Amino acid sequence: MHKTWWKILAAALVIYTAIAGLLLEVPRLAILNETIRNLYFHVPMWFAMVVLFTISVWYSVRSLGTQSEADDIRAVESANAGVIFGILGIVTGAVWAKFTWGQFWSFDPKQNFAAISLLLYFAYFVLRNAIDEEQKRAKIAAIYNIFAFPMMVVLLFVLPRLQDSLHPGNGGNPGFNSYDLDSRMRMVFYPACLGWILIGYWVYTLRFRTKILENKQL
Amino acid sequence: MQLAQQVKHLIRKEIILEWRSKYALNGVLLYVVSTVFVCYMSFQIIDKITWNALFWIIMLFASINAIAKSFLQESKGRQLYIYTLVSPAALIIAKTLYNSLLMILLTIIALIFYSLVFDFPKGADILMYFVAAVLGSLSFSTIFTMVSAIASKTGNGGMLMAILSFPIIIPVLIVLIKFAKNAMDGLDRSVSLDEIGLLAVINVIVMTVALLLFPYLWRD
Repeated sequence: MHKTWWKILAAALVIYTAIAGLLLEVPRLAILNETIRNLYFHVPMWFAMVVLFTISVWYSVRSLGTQSEADDIRAVESANAGVIFGILGIVTGAVWAKFTWGQFWSFDPKQNFAAISLLLYFAYFVLRNAIDEEQKRAKIAAIYNIFAFPMMVVLLFVLPRLQDSLHPGNGGNPGFNSYDLDSRMRMVFYPACLGWILIGYWVYTLRFRTKILENKQL
Repeated sequence: MQLAQQVKHLIRKEIILEWRSKYALNGVLLYVVSTVFVCYMSFQIIDKITWNALFWIIMLFASINAIAKSFLQESKGRQLYIYTLVSPAALIIAKTLYNSLLMILLTIIALIFYSLVFDFPKGADILMYFVAAVLGSLSFSTIFTMVSAIASKTGNGGMLMAILSFPIIIPVLIVLIKFAKNAMDGLDRSVSLDEIGLLAVINVIVMTVALLLFPYLWRD
């Protein structure tokens, strides 16, 4: 993956969404008003996070089989990058909530579950720090990562649907695409998702490569 | 059918060991009784919502204490001995089954005692609340058994047990509290079918993942 075309593509897509997302026409909706533009920034964060966590689990599964150090580092670094995007997703969501729901944090189920699913990954990092021996750490952390992943899926995608929530797509509220993600918004939204996922992957590869270099110097 | 035989023997071993010392049983019972008593002293009268939340908080900590020891307290020598005799699948199945049995027993005793001290709220569907308690203890034991196995490998298990298990147990606890609240309010039983289904699915996922992962975890 040393080819650069996809990095240029990622940068171009994100610059395009920043410009087009703020300048292009959006549907006029009550309450949401202009904050609907946050859709281009808030939702792609979660897509990027889920993609990075999936990469992390994939390499955890592989590292159990191969016992290779590189797979372990890949797993932990993609989880690190995923946590960055998770925090960004919570922050963008909190800002959006301030202007539509009235408070940064209103203890909405969706907000709580997003925070708890980040806690899962903090626990994963604590577990890693608790074990000194590298091979053992790789194995046990991989097992916890695989064990925690289905719980994260339940937290983010199943539970909020069962509870009363202000968040679109949950608690009986219609999701965005059913009424206002019209074709104009799609033209910015899909490139934004792709762009941020690629940026996330780029962050992860950079972290992975620095970590490998650091380990070589030891 | 070798697996079933091994599981049967391991569960028998656990029960005999437990019966000899009665450590978990008495310890947790004492813990539950004293907590309920302290709560009674401080609350005197509690409203419905607190009644439900309090019960689940007590059960959460009781089950962490009871199940944490299932792997943490095995000595290294005995673990090695067990590992030479049985397959990893048999070990994790036996531990989970044994913990489930222990937890169901403890939860039912705890619930009976709890409802003696704080009466069941009026109009509660008592049978359904017992179903919720049993399902809850099942879910606690499947999750905590695996987490205890992970924590026991790290050396300083007691502290990590709480850190590792709380984020995993919170989704289950939320579903359980909702289910138990439905039962407590005496809602129609069909209302809770969603929660029962979700709990069953979570338990099946956890058991499958534990069965797949434990063989990698058990040998050093």
